Amino acid sequence: MENSILSVKNLGVSFGDQTIFKNLNFEVKRGETTAIIGPNGAGKTVLFRALIGSISYQGEINWAEDAKIGYVPQRLDLERQLSLNLGDFLRLKVNILGLHKTVIKEVLNLVHLPAAKIKNQLSYLSSGELQRALIAFALIGAPNILLFDEPTAGVDVSGEEQIYQTLHHLQDLHKLTLIFISHDLNLVYRYADKVICLNRAMFCFGTPKETFTHPILEKLYGSRIMHHLHQDDE
Amino acid sequence: MMSDANSIIPLIAIIAAAAASGLIGVFALTRRMTLAADVISHVALPGLGLAVLFNINPLIGGAAALILGALLVWALERRTRIATETIIGVVFAASLAIGSLLINSNEELLDALFGDFSGLTLLEAAIGIIAGLAIILLTIFFKEKFTLAFISPDLAKTSGLKVDRLNLAFLLMFVITVILGLKFLGVLLMGALIIVPAAASRNLARSFNGDLLIASLLSLFSVLAGFLIAERYGLEIGPTIIAVASLIFFVSVFFKKQN
Repeated sequence: MENSILSVKNLGVSFGDQTIFKNLNFEVKRGETTAIIGPNGAGKTVLFRALIGSISYQGEINWAEDAKIGYVPQRLDLERQLSLNLGDFLRLKVNILGLHKTVIKEVLNLVHLPAAKIKNQLSYLSSGELQRALIAFALIGAPNILLFDEPTAGVDVSGEEQIYQTLHHLQDLHKLTLIFISHDLNLVYRYADKVICLNRAMFCFGTPKETFTHPILEKLYGSRIMHHLHQDDE
Repeated sequence: MMSDANSIIPLIAIIAAAAASGLIGVFALTRRMTLAADVISHVALPGLGLAVLFNINPLIGGAAALILGALLVWALERRTRIATETIIGVVFAASLAIGSLLINSNEELLDALFGDFSGLTLLEAAIGIIAGLAIILLTIFFKEKFTLAFISPDLAKTSGLKVDRLNLAFLLMFVITVILGLKFLGVLLMGALIIVPAAASRNLARSFNGDLLIASLLSLFSVLAGFLIAERYGLEIGPTIIAVASLIFFVSVFFKKQN
C-alpha cells in the first residue's frame, strides 16, 4: 500500500435510480500513468468527480495521506462577460493556497503560455489556450497526482504533442502520478502503464497489453474497433 | 432633510448598503443567479406580512423570512440539483402570494414593495451600518473563494475549499444585503440594486478587482444621484435610484469591452 497513491474498492455512483457504474476496483501506484477509456456517457468524468469528492458515491476511495490532487476539467463553462482575466484566474488558487505570486510565472512557463496573455479575459482565450490555462491552474501548489479529463480535446495535433511532452517532462521532474481520460487509443497505448475501461455494462483494469484485446474492445465500444491500434507496438 | 444627525446616520447606512450590494452583485452574477437575485428578495414579503399582523418591527419579520429563504434555497440546491433559478422561482411565487394575502392594507403593501425611507430609525440605521461594513469586509475577504466555488465547484474542491459552506455563506450574505436595503428600496427594488450595477460593471471591467470596484462605485452613484434627483423633483426615492442604475446599465452597453 505504501507504493500506491490511490486505491478504489467497490466504487459505485448512481444519480437517482440510474446507476452510472458499480463495483469498480483498481489501484494506482506512484509515478504511474493510468488511462481511462470508454465510450461517451460511460461515466468517465463521473468517476473523476467521485475521485475528487465532488459527488457522493458508494464504496471506498482511499488516497494516500500525502496525495495532492491537481484536476484538469475538460472545459470550464464560462460566461462571455466574466470579468476574470487569466492572471485573476490563476491568482485565485495562488491566494487560496497562500503561495507567492511568482508561482504564476512558473506554471505559465511549464505549459508554454506567454506571460503576455495574463491580461486576457479568460472567456476570450482559445480552447487550446484555455486548456493550458487549466493545466497551469492544476499545477499550482505542486500536486503529486494529476487528473486529466481528455487532455487533448479541443487542441490541434501539434498542441496535443506539446501537452503530452509537457506531461512527460513533469512526470520525470516531480514523480507525478497521472490519471487521464482519453478517446485516443493510440495515445493510451503509447503512454499508459495501466488502463481502466469503463462502460455501463463492464469494467476492466490492467496493462494496455492485457486490456487492448479484441474481445474487450469490442465489448467496450461495440463493433467499431480501431484495427490500426497496434501500429505503434514494436 | 439632510441637515441633522437624524438623517446623516441613515444616509451612511444607505451608502454602506449600496457599496455592499454592488460587491455582492458581482458574485451573484458569477453564480448565475441574475433572475434569482431579483426574486429572492420577495421572500421577505410573508415575513413583513406576519410582522405587521403580530405588530412587531417589519424589518425583523422580513429578515427572518429572508434568512429562512436562504437556508431553504441552499438545502434544495444540495438535494435536487435543479438550477437555482427554478427553485427560487417557485419559492418566490409562493412568497408573493402569501405575503400579499397577509398584508391587507394597500399602503403597507406598497411600502413593503417599494420602500419607505422616512421610516428608518436611528437604531435600525446603526445596525445597518455595522452589517453593511461586515458584508463589505467579508466579501473582500472571501472574494477568491467565492469566485472559484461559483465558476467551478470541482476546481474549488481540489483547491481545498468547502463549496457547500461557501454557498451557504454567500446566500446568507446575499439576503443580509437585501435586508439592508429593505426599508429604503423595498423588496421589489433591492434585488435590482444588487444586480443592475454589477451587470453594468461587467460591460466595463477588464479585471476581477476592477469589476468589484466599478460595481460598488456604480451602485453608490445610483443611490446618491437617485436621492438628489428624488429630493429635487419630489419623486419616490427607491424607483428613482433604480431608474438611475438602469440608465447607467444602458449607457454601459455602448462601452462594452471588445476583446
